[in-house]
Amino acid sequence: MNAPQPSNTVAAEGGRTNREYATFFVDGLFFGIDVLQVQEVLRYQEMTGVPLAPAVIEGLINLRGQIVTAIDMRRRLKLRARAEGETPMNAVVRTKEGAAVSLLVDEIGDVVEVDLETFEPAPDNVNPAARDLLQGVYKLKDRLLLVLDTEKTIDIAASAA
Amino acid sequence: MDDQEVIREFLIESNENLARLDQEMVELEKRPKDPQLLASIFRTIHTIKGTCGFLGFASLEAVTHLSENILSQLRDGKREITPELVTLILETVDVVKTIMVGIEANGREGPEAYDELRERLKAASVAASADATGGAPGADAHATSSEADAPAAPKGPSVSDSTIRVDVVLLDKLMNLVGELVLARNQILQFNAHQEDSTLNATSQRLNLITTELQEGVMKTRMQPIGVVWNKLPRVVRDLATSFGKQIRLEMDGADTELDKTIIEAIKDPLTHIVRNCCDHGVEKPEVRIRNGKPAQGTLTLRAFHEGGQVNIEIADDGAGIDVQILKSKAVQLGLIRMEQAERMTDREASALVFLPGFSTAAKVTSVSGRGVGMDVVKTNIEKIGGVVDLVSRLGEGTTLKLKIPLTLAIIPGLVVTLRERRSAPRESEGGGVRYVIPQVSLLELIRLEGDTGKRQIERIHDTPFYRRRGSLLPLVYLADVLKVGRTDDSGVVNIVVLQAEDRQFGLVVDGISDTQEIVVKPLGKQLKSLNCYAGATIMGDGRVALILDVSGIAQLSGVARESRDKAGAEMQRRDHADSERQTFLLFRAGSFERLAVPLSLVARLEEISLSKIEHAGGKRVVQYRGRILQLASLAQLLEPDAVDNAAVQDPAQVVVFNNAERSIGIMVDQILDIVEDHVSIRQTAARQGLLGSAVIGKKVTDLLDLHAVIHAADDGWFASQEAQRASGATVMVAEPSPFVRGLVRTSLEMAGYRVIETDSTHGALQELERHKIDVVLAGLDLPPDNGCGLMQAMRRLPGVAQIPALALIDNAEQAKTCREHPQGFSDYQTKFDRDAMLQSLARLASALGAPEALVPAGGRG
Repeated sequence: MNAPQPSNTVAAEGGRTNREYATFFVDGLFFGIDVLQVQEVLRYQEMTGVPLAPAVIEGLINLRGQIVTAIDMRRRLKLRARAEGETPMNAVVRTKEGAAVSLLVDEIGDVVEVDLETFEPAPDNVNPAARDLLQGVYKLKDRLLLVLDTEKTIDIAASAA
Repeated sequence: MDDQEVIREFLIESNENLARLDQEMVELEKRPKDPQLLASIFRTIHTIKGTCGFLGFASLEAVTHLSENILSQLRDGKREITPELVTLILETVDVVKTIMVGIEANGREGPEAYDELRERLKAASVAASADATGGAPGADAHATSSEADAPAAPKGPSVSDSTIRVDVVLLDKLMNLVGELVLARNQILQFNAHQEDSTLNATSQRLNLITTELQEGVMKTRMQPIGVVWNKLPRVVRDLATSFGKQIRLEMDGADTELDKTIIEAIKDPLTHIVRNCCDHGVEKPEVRIRNGKPAQGTLTLRAFHEGGQVNIEIADDGAGIDVQILKSKAVQLGLIRMEQAERMTDREASALVFLPGFSTAAKVTSVSGRGVGMDVVKTNIEKIGGVVDLVSRLGEGTTLKLKIPLTLAIIPGLVVTLRERRSAPRESEGGGVRYVIPQVSLLELIRLEGDTGKRQIERIHDTPFYRRRGSLLPLVYLADVLKVGRTDDSGVVNIVVLQAEDRQFGLVVDGISDTQEIVVKPLGKQLKSLNCYAGATIMGDGRVALILDVSGIAQLSGVARESRDKAGAEMQRRDHADSERQTFLLFRAGSFERLAVPLSLVARLEEISLSKIEHAGGKRVVQYRGRILQLASLAQLLEPDAVDNAAVQDPAQVVVFNNAERSIGIMVDQILDIVEDHVSIRQTAARQGLLGSAVIGKKVTDLLDLHAVIHAADDGWFASQEAQRASGATVMVAEPSPFVRGLVRTSLEMAGYRVIETDSTHGALQELERHKIDVVLAGLDLPPDNGCGLMQAMRRLPGVAQIPALALIDNAEQAKTCREHPQGFSDYQTKFDRDAMLQSLARLASALGAPEALVPAGGRG
């Protein structure tokens, strides 16, 4: 498998006119990650909390013997906390270095194919916590698809959460 | 024999290379111009030549050398490759193989010299240089075939056949898979414990055994004998011995002791460093050894053996050993420890000083050691892989360093402990808590305290809990506090896990202790790398993740060990600085003063006196005390004469008793709070009568009592009684800029019966010297304008004053060093807060003046 391209230089990609994104919902917002970066999606997993860790880190899960850090996307995007009793789902992404990180999201959506033409940088009025993590927005027919920059999303240390 | 080992390695490597060479030569015929191919062939032959020269295989060297000549000509493009040349070289390869078979069988070369082949090789290479177009070298190829016919027939498979090279990455992968298997096995065993099915039981038992064996097997594949590292040491020792003019014999025992490859790599440098140190500092020169009745040749012994799942490595020399006295004074001189610390140290503790950063006793810096970097790095590196370093030295007999190192890092035994979850957690595991794993290497013992009696065994000094463990205080750390998960305090049981973190021990209090397990260490994601309280994570039998605690990290986080080892050097000095001002204070409450302090050294004792025993005499409260009449005074009243006196209401009254030689006075306080050892920071001078000022003691602002003023107010007779004798008592001038320090010193001196004159500058001091007859001068080194040394210089120029002994009051180790090296006219130096040492020193100086009767203080103490 070739290395996925998380870059936002979509226009520079000659040849391809569309792209596939794995989508999910967080607090009603519709997000997408380049499908090549998503290793797998899982329903809620048993989790072990990590005391003293940044708040956005929900815990550690056992993914077939591999220890995977789970990041709560609600907290990461500074959105409202999940309601009591709602269990998040795991979107496991693979980083450049080959490590796996799980993003905890409300619900997993379909894989959608988007037309590169409909891409636009994130508008300025998007909540700044989220905008920093976005590559841009695709204007789909009925809604907006917010494209996450995976590397930035999982870079907790840099964001000093 | 390590030679055998080297030869074995040489054979394995060369055989592989030669096998490739055959192929490459054939390729070369097809692509005669390929420079990479030629370079590779040349390299192979060159390597063999180099190695056999080193091992002393003469004919092998000769043959390879000649073919190397031809190859270099080919490589450099000086001649074209021809089939004849290829044949000749292949023939050479065959001969090389034959010789090597002989070496493998007999350990040395056969008698055959292969002169004929050599001649032809020589001819071929000469022909090349003479005639680049080439004649007909190597004409009689068949003539040599007989030589290759008679190899010493080896019995069974040869070494090179029975080993294969495996990529370490593959081994690592296998190791990981085995780790997974171990986890799966643990899971099945756990599941199986609740099952009745006998087939399942039997199968899982077998699975258990096989897994264990497989784990051992795979671990073995990564094992290398420690001899791999040791092999280069004979050379190191020889070279060092020669350059130092010493005779050192190296003995090695247990070179076949095996260790995990990663560990072998980690100990390579530390081990070499230790050996160098032994050669440099340990073993003496022959003449010194003979003078001391030892053989001229020193012995350095390396020993390795397995013990309790660990590898022990001992490096022992029969050299001079470590002189702890020199070590201590050196450490004091370097400002690494204080003199008092040095005096208290046991020999063993003192020996451990060599592990302090920045420490070197070598009188001169040699190319090998003495730069003051080294042993601390050795210790750090060994500890990094979970090992322990211990040093035992006997003066004149030698030094032994003992390293204890784990066999492997990937799978370690760990103790599983639990914390009850306070947060409402629907997904609680069966044990009823969150599990953490503590690596067994750090574990010393487990203590369980039950019920109220148990709880009472935990004592507090200020806010820090301690447990009295076989007479010494073990600081306790609550894991729940360190991890900030909230302590649950509902059970009557206290579980203490006694741990060793670097050179400190502490007790980690957890809610539950389950069992020890073999755990597979897995790294944490980079998002969590900055948390140094975890060493990694592991997967438990039930498939859930548990964090592995990093014991040193926990110790640091909890403040048991305040600094990491890397920073220890700077930290030691900083702490030492603070230490010199450390003083023990008695804290108490009186009236509206919530937190008052006096130096504990001034307090004679603490008493509880029942109110019914208090009598009145001469308008004052008194009590019969030890056959005498002790006058009592309420501190609250002394400090605030208008306020209501609480102390009188309390029963029994809390009394702090102060003594001078003949009188005692009891000061009644409301409550004794604590005894705290701290250094005095942030001082503020008070305007109020009876107080010296405020300082931060035990992290809280505390008022320091001006004992002199208080006692004076309570008992006019106290100092008056001394007045009569004062005429004959020594007069001491305290020249010190800080009124706070001055106050403390004055109090101490006056209570000891000295007459005290105070001043805060050099100028003032000189004036006082003119005005009064002063017997001893105490001067702070920070005296303005030009420090205490300036005062000394000025004093020494004044007639009549020049002879007065002077005592320097110092703040820190640096000043101590300055004083030691440049006394500047000071007769002695003491830290400002060490009352007893100061008084002793003072008494010594006073009596040394030649008129002991007149000068010994009136109280006659000290």
